Amino acid sequence: MARPAAAAGIVRRRSGAWRRLLRGLYARPSSALGATLAAAFLLLALLGPWVTPYGPLDQDFAARSQPPSPAHPFGTDHLGRDVLSRVVAGDRDIFLLAGSGTLVAVLVGTLVGLAASYRGGWVEEVTYRVFDSLLAIPALLLALLLLGSLGPSRVSVLAVIAVAYTPIVARVVRSVVLDTKTKEYVLAARMQGESTAFVLGREVLPSVLPALAVESALRFSYAIFLVASLGFLGVGVQPPNPDWGLMVSEARDYVYLTPWTLTFPALAISLLVIAVNLLADGLKRVLQVGDTP
Amino acid sequence: MARFLLRRAGFLLLTLVFTSLLIFLITQALPGDVARILLGREASAQALAQLRAQLGLDRPLPIQYLTWLGDFVRGDWGTSFSTGQPVRELVLSRLGNSLQLAGLTLLIAVPTAVGLGVLAALYEESWIDTVISLASLSVVGLPEFITGLVLIQVFSFRLGWLPANSSIAPGTGLVAALPYLVLPALTATLVLLAYVARLTRASVLVELGRPYVRTAVLKGVPWRRVVIAHVLRNALLPTITVIAISFGWLISGLIVVENVFNYPGLGRLLTFAIARRDIPLLQAVALVAVLGFALANLVADILYAVFNPRITLR
Repeated sequence: MARPAAAAGIVRRRSGAWRRLLRGLYARPSSALGATLAAAFLLLALLGPWVTPYGPLDQDFAARSQPPSPAHPFGTDHLGRDVLSRVVAGDRDIFLLAGSGTLVAVLVGTLVGLAASYRGGWVEEVTYRVFDSLLAIPALLLALLLLGSLGPSRVSVLAVIAVAYTPIVARVVRSVVLDTKTKEYVLAARMQGESTAFVLGREVLPSVLPALAVESALRFSYAIFLVASLGFLGVGVQPPNPDWGLMVSEARDYVYLTPWTLTFPALAISLLVIAVNLLADGLKRVLQVGDTP
Repeated sequence: MARFLLRRAGFLLLTLVFTSLLIFLITQALPGDVARILLGREASAQALAQLRAQLGLDRPLPIQYLTWLGDFVRGDWGTSFSTGQPVRELVLSRLGNSLQLAGLTLLIAVPTAVGLGVLAALYEESWIDTVISLASLSVVGLPEFITGLVLIQVFSFRLGWLPANSSIAPGTGLVAALPYLVLPALTATLVLLAYVARLTRASVLVELGRPYVRTAVLKGVPWRRVVIAHVLRNALLPTITVIAISFGWLISGLIVVENVFNYPGLGRLLTFAIARRDIPLLQAVALVAVLGFALANLVADILYAVFNPRITLR
């Protein structure tokens, strides 16, 4: 559960809290590794096009299926595309898709969760009934159903992440709000006649933040997982886009000929997922958020 | 007990009504004209209208939904657009295969995960805990298609012990199918393992901190007995719920695993149905999967109540 004291610290003394958060993360090798790796992937995603030697779709027919070499550090695929450039472009892609999908889910989930569980009554009942029935459909199944009718595109993938993860975020928010809304400081604010928006934003939200931060990191790691899986299944991002899952699935046909086209994107997914998982675990420890099933 | 069961079954029914409505809305009400898909681009307006009337697509959505659900409950699941076969036979035969795979996965995953979780909790903060936590956070949290491909690389290509392709023929017996099941089951296991082990660890740690443990230790009960007779009895109870929740993961995981290994289960059928825009098939597979998930939760609820002496079944 959230510790209101720690949460209040985050809001009141922002810079100090950030420094403490970072120090906490770097106090252990595992979360330090996670944070560093995740930051490196993010940096690479931001710098993407300026650091890669070739474009992700550029084909060089003279250099097809080349093993790793100084000119192509990760080799080239059967169409003569530079694997390193594609992996970096895929990094940018996955941060864009998984990141913005998670962001939408966290924003909507927080707003709806705060409002519905603070207000209570039938609004809460109906909201969480709908969310529960969404959660009764396993995430990947829901994703496939939505993609089946929306058709595969990047926008649908983004929408799928948002729809699949909003209820989960809302549920986490609710578990904290139900505990917080009966606290004296919240009641005091209400007694003073503060508006609901003020009470929610200034008094309730801070206590939700630690759990929300951990959940966001976790959701982001699952979103990466989901985007890659959908790409692999051929229903997510479509060729010739440099999606990591898609690259792995395409490379399967050439695994004997050009194993490096499979290894590097697979390695990239693995490292990023591990990094974000370690980061989420570190956040959980530093912010003292408990395990919830 | 009877009232408890009835209440739970009522909840289950309610959830299923909601989710079936969601599935229906997602698959039916969103863009894409079914008649156009079936008859192709060149079909005449008359033929399209006729087919729509025949399929009942010209009727209001609520009626369509009720007819669809009613037919489904009565066992008429429609005909597959792409294969022309009755959907029910197709789905049920694949369901058997998926259940086989899921069963073997749980058989491997649950004891291993619970064992590791308990071990990590008993040796909290020691190197055993660190290794288990790190392993479950890293290797085990990877997408199934990657762990699956690694397992294929090692056990099929390098060692040659197990087949890389699990496309077994229909009607293959369990014993004959077993070698084809091992790698997919192991792959699906890895994802469950992390999750169940983590939460088992957490719940054992909670119990270890309770006063009754200190009391038992102080009055001289051997540690081994404290753990087995007191701590585990209480700590493993929430694990039942965790396993039921992880069923959702298992279903998601199996969809990917079946596609990696070409295993003829519901997951393969699902991606097939999506690729062909085969709506009746898609709806049936989704409903069956959701029903399975809901039933697993119901069973877990009942088991939890049965094993928990503090809950009286009302």
